[in-house]
Amino acid sequence: MISQHFPILQVVLPLIAAPVIILLRNGRAAWLLATTVSWVSLIIALALLEQVSAGGVISYAIGSWPPPWGIEYRIDQVNAFLLVLVSLIAAVVSVYSRASVDAELPREQHYLFYAMFALCLAGLLGIAATGDAFNLFVFLEISSLSSYVLIALGRDRRALMAAYQYLVMGTIGATFYIIGVGLLYLMTGTLNMADMAHRLSGVAEVKPVLAALAFITVGICLKLALFPLHLWLPNAYAYAPSAVTAFLAATATKVSVYVLLRFYFSVFGASAIFLALPMGQILLVLSLAAMFIASTVAIFQSDIKRMFAYSSVAQIGYITLGISFDSATGLTAGIVHLFNHALTKGALFMLLGCFALRLGRVSFSDIGGIARVMPVTAFGIVLGGLSLIGVPGTVGFVSKWYLVLAALESGQWWIALAIVLSSLLAVVYVWRFVEVAYFHQPDAKLAKLKEARLEMLVPAWLMIAACIYFGLDAELTVSGAAQAAATLLQGVR
Amino acid sequence: MTIAGHIAGYFTYWATIFVAMAGLYIVIARGNLIKKLVGLGIFQTSVYLLYVAPGKLIGGTAPIVAPEFQVYSNPLPHVLILTAIVVGVATLALGLALVVRIREAYGSIEEDEILDQDEPPVSPDTASRQA
Amino acid sequence: MKDYLVLRVIAKMMIAFMLLFAFYVQFHGDFGPGGGFQAGVIAAAAIVFYAIIYGLPAARAVVPDRLVETMIALGVLLYAGVGVAGLLLGGNYLDYFVLHANPVEGQHRGIFWVEAGVLITVAGVMLKIFYMFAAKADNTEDGA
Repeated sequence: MISQHFPILQVVLPLIAAPVIILLRNGRAAWLLATTVSWVSLIIALALLEQVSAGGVISYAIGSWPPPWGIEYRIDQVNAFLLVLVSLIAAVVSVYSRASVDAELPREQHYLFYAMFALCLAGLLGIAATGDAFNLFVFLEISSLSSYVLIALGRDRRALMAAYQYLVMGTIGATFYIIGVGLLYLMTGTLNMADMAHRLSGVAEVKPVLAALAFITVGICLKLALFPLHLWLPNAYAYAPSAVTAFLAATATKVSVYVLLRFYFSVFGASAIFLALPMGQILLVLSLAAMFIASTVAIFQSDIKRMFAYSSVAQIGYITLGISFDSATGLTAGIVHLFNHALTKGALFMLLGCFALRLGRVSFSDIGGIARVMPVTAFGIVLGGLSLIGVPGTVGFVSKWYLVLAALESGQWWIALAIVLSSLLAVVYVWRFVEVAYFHQPDAKLAKLKEARLEMLVPAWLMIAACIYFGLDAELTVSGAAQAAATLLQGVR
Repeated sequence: MTIAGHIAGYFTYWATIFVAMAGLYIVIARGNLIKKLVGLGIFQTSVYLLYVAPGKLIGGTAPIVAPEFQVYSNPLPHVLILTAIVVGVATLALGLALVVRIREAYGSIEEDEILDQDEPPVSPDTASRQA
Repeated sequence: MKDYLVLRVIAKMMIAFMLLFAFYVQFHGDFGPGGGFQAGVIAAAAIVFYAIIYGLPAARAVVPDRLVETMIALGVLLYAGVGVAGLLLGGNYLDYFVLHANPVEGQHRGIFWVEAGVLITVAGVMLKIFYMFAAKADNTEDGA
């Protein structure tokens, strides 16, 4: 049966697609293949989620070497949820990317773009699917290296510098991660994460394990752009091609959050080691700092892409805040926000790409009164902005509701207050867009512009619609996240 | 244990830490983009040492089972590090390719000169760069 | 360096042996140190050597850019193809045991083709990197 091979096909199909695209050397064919593969990935991911819900954890032994000796792909509630998220975003972005890439990249680079896109997708899906700590590193680097290339393809020359900075920071992060895994390997003699968790409970000498926890935390937090380690993110998002920004903003940092969850709860959680370090408090402080400082910085940006990039840093703060509570509600809130924020930011960056298609760059000085010329795009951004703020009826409200619940549940009412206060900062920067786009007169150059192409608007609006739909009917996402949280916490108790 | 005994007993770990910190220092302290990549390479090299050194058992042989040998070294770290080396080479090649493109675009590979060139005269996000 | 007769003659003699050594390292990987990575680099080094002595255009005539790019993709596909072959023959992905009636023989066969894929890709990537940087050096000979 083919369905028993879904865990590996999920990763290998995009991985095979990349070299085939290189062989094709044709932009159109490359787009078609990349899109097909993304949609097939989505179908496989949904089938996997179905299988996991029905039959529990799936374990797949690569090369038929039984775990823990061979590499194991291990799909449970948590990563099945994430696989769906990543492949969903990839599927939508790939449809969107054709028009966007046509406009933003020279023709001879098109097939390389799609090859890198497929590789990046393979890497991200691989991180999510694998149950082997070293294999995870390899996929982390596959996705990172391809995303450096994708960012460097941006039209602005600053994209090169942004990609370089991301390369340096990302490599330091990945190396920290691999040092941590090395220490764990020295202490436990295994690389299989499930086996590692099992053996860690028997490790008497804890110092190297504590060091490993610290290294892995710092390394992964560099990748997920937790507040003081976020410096690579704003430039990378601001200067990358629009389709790349939409894809990376919605997936790359989210997958890193998953790695953090996996290590905190599935690997370290089972042992008492986790309690030896004040991880929860550290995460809490940094998350709050991210929520306030990054939101404040976002208010003062002149480039809209940069503004939303800083807003991403703030929103990642909400996700890590949920994790820091170390409770079922907190984790549910974090995972729900991970999904919701991916939808919102994906949609926002796709719509900004529509502006970029017509204008080249998107800074506040260029878009005065643009709502009259491109009303559909502008309205979509407003709806996305409302979701960032957390207005009832959008997904942002659902995640903030659960965050506040988790804060109250832990008896820290002032955190609930902080969540509400920091949302007010989001009101400020979203209002800046509304003011410029709706209440300024379009200048002569702007007035001649047309609405963006339909093939870009439809995918973007699909995501906006999803933001509203999952905001009104949160049953599906919240129950999925709650199950994922329960799976993670099972390892702890 | 005395300090000297500590250093002798954990020699490979001290060497690893020294190499890692030397590399990281170069990445942070140097403004030259090529030198930064060299530092990054040195930093990654420390990981190779961290993995490979504990895999060697003194007196152990390559793990090819034969009746006359009882003690074998662990081959797995070597395989892992072979992968890590390939990843390191790929990173370095990509980094250098980016530096070539940066030099074409800016005419310089000094970080401060490049950032100066991109500083538009009226820019409110100067402040945010420090943030 | 086209004018140095000694270099030209020695290079012509050496390159054949370099390629031969690459294949020795490749196929001896079963029994001793060696394998696709090393062999790929050595094979690429032979072409790079040729390019240094006879000039980049001559090397590009022997191994054109198109071929190099194809090699990069083909090697990865060969590797992935071995995995898919395992799937089709009823095993898991990258299952070498099912590639032959005798599982040990199957392991041999699997790793042979995987290493062949590695050789092709590594040689291709090395040449690609060399070509790209060498072409840059030609363009900016006066400025840089």
